[in-house]
Amino acid sequence: MKIHEYQARNLFRKYGIPVPDAVVCHSVEEVREMVPNNEKLRVVKAQVHVGGRGKAGGVKLAKTKEEVVQRASEILGMDIKGLTVEKIMVADAVDIEKEFYIGFINDRNNKSVTLMASAEGGVEIEEVARVSPEKIIKLAIDPTMGLMDWQARKIALNLFSDPKEIRQAASILVKLYRLYVDTDASLAEINPLVLTPDKQVLAIDGKMNFDDNALFRQSEILKMREVTEDEQKEIDANEKGLSYVKLDGNIGCMVNGAGLAMATMDMIKLYGGEPANFLDIGGSSNPQKVVDAMNILLSDKNVTAVMINIFGGITRCDDVARGLVTALTEIKTKMPIVIRLSGTNAKEGLKIIKEFGLPTVSTMSEAAKKAIDLSKK
Amino acid sequence: MSILINKDTKVLVQGITGRDGAFHTSKMLDYGTNIVGGISPGKGGSAVGHVPVFNTVDDAVKATGANASVIFVPAAFAADAILEASFAGIELVICITEGVPVQDMIKVTPVLKQNNTKLIGANCPGLITPDECLIGILPSMIFKKGNIGLISRSGTLTYEVVNMLTENNLGQSTCVGIGGDAVSGLYFIDLLEMYENDPQTVGVVLIGEIGGDAEEKAAAFIKEKMTKPVVAFIAGQSAPPGKRMGHAGAIISSGSGTAEEKIKAFNEAGVPVAKEPSEIPGLMKEKLGL
Repeated sequence: MKIHEYQARNLFRKYGIPVPDAVVCHSVEEVREMVPNNEKLRVVKAQVHVGGRGKAGGVKLAKTKEEVVQRASEILGMDIKGLTVEKIMVADAVDIEKEFYIGFINDRNNKSVTLMASAEGGVEIEEVARVSPEKIIKLAIDPTMGLMDWQARKIALNLFSDPKEIRQAASILVKLYRLYVDTDASLAEINPLVLTPDKQVLAIDGKMNFDDNALFRQSEILKMREVTEDEQKEIDANEKGLSYVKLDGNIGCMVNGAGLAMATMDMIKLYGGEPANFLDIGGSSNPQKVVDAMNILLSDKNVTAVMINIFGGITRCDDVARGLVTALTEIKTKMPIVIRLSGTNAKEGLKIIKEFGLPTVSTMSEAAKKAIDLSKK
Repeated sequence: MSILINKDTKVLVQGITGRDGAFHTSKMLDYGTNIVGGISPGKGGSAVGHVPVFNTVDDAVKATGANASVIFVPAAFAADAILEASFAGIELVICITEGVPVQDMIKVTPVLKQNNTKLIGANCPGLITPDECLIGILPSMIFKKGNIGLISRSGTLTYEVVNMLTENNLGQSTCVGIGGDAVSGLYFIDLLEMYENDPQTVGVVLIGEIGGDAEEKAAAFIKEKMTKPVVAFIAGQSAPPGKRMGHAGAIISSGSGTAEEKIKAFNEAGVPVAKEPSEIPGLMKEKLGL
């Protein structure tokens, strides 16, 4: 789950990580109301769930209140990488002497939360990792002890030399780690963490992502969720026990099992077709799941054929077939559908489908080829 | 010989009185798995069929000498169940549960190391040594005893591949589903080493998917240390970046974890990568000179 910069900033503030003053506005009227009338250097920042806002013109400096209003009216409503800017954050700008990167991430390899820190702040960390990886300090954190003060200090000593700066930076590291663990984050980045001319260390940007598996125990974080229409469809599907990701093609797929569903999409592409989606209906033969899945596929206007690929293990193919027939009787559709059943009671299952009058095949390859064929008619 | 489990393995079922626990316990028993007890706090002293139920893993181990445990417990409590089994001295823990928070898995990792506990999963179908022991939810009828070792991050895709291997007379020594999560127990590299040291296994089929770098690490291991042939398949070549494809661990993050990178790593290690699952038996036969 993603959140906006201003939400990450609120979490930072809650945990005592210093951030500049800022307000969030949804309209030019709100900007006029909420931003003080004095002359001060401020930065107007688009609040959207993508990176590269600056490059896209979504981050602009403003010297006066009128300039803030001007920049706000330019940025609100802007399209950045397919997302429309619906809110902006107007923050006090800060004089920057130096910029740093600090971030926490779950490292799958060493199975721990890993801290990354670099004196190359304000640039894309992936770029630094690619070009000069030696400039990134990494620390795998023991989950039992957490990030210890001496470790935070050691990292800070690598970035700063003044004792006051070191103390501030170490404190921020420890606080960010606690925030990360408390909220079941999967990413927490401050880029850049800045040192001002008057020796203050503060966070002038922030990004946090959260583990979807942990949202059940993070109600406050869940409240911050904002999704696009497509993302909402994926969430709705999840609630029905399905996993759905929309793609751009025209061959809808319905499969039992995520790995098999991915392999199905891959196979369609291999044979020259374009998958319309990833859809895992999971393990049961419950007809309602099939109805829900079919409805999702049929609501995608790009779909011109559907491939159903089921490998029945514990789930029996004749049960799945009965579920399919129930579903397809309920949803009367002319959409071409190819059904492949294999595994337990596959013969019985295919017979039921044949009697219902739909084409059946017994291998995945046949199903993919036939679906591509039907999609062209 | 097989790896990890055989007919002598004594298995406990944590969450035995739940719907999935009870259902799969009966399936495992039908297969001949030696299930010696189940755990359900508060229901100690009762039984599920002929299987005695205990309040704690500790009680069960003391009474039965169990050395393996399979967990059918909801996501919120799964890590705790893993810890309980580990501290009770269980050597091999299999966690079927999907949806376990990553921080929980990160927290159990050092404990497993300290207690010398091997964990498979979470979010996995389990493992099987055909004709001897099945632990988890794998459908038994597709497996056949043989010499091919299998390691997979997937569930039904695994069954699809096993079915093809069996139909092509390539039986299996052991088949292990390591699960679809980002942080889990044994990874490919751990199991490859076991298969390399198992006299019964002559070749290994590896089924990977997008996300993480377990396949790349496996490829490096294969290049350096493995003498037995490996054939691979990677699911998710057509997956878009940044999206979770069902499995929590199946996600291309910041451009890394793509199928292309994994296929490249395997090619460089001399591991043929099937373009589709049906190619796997042929590739393995070729490698084995059959």
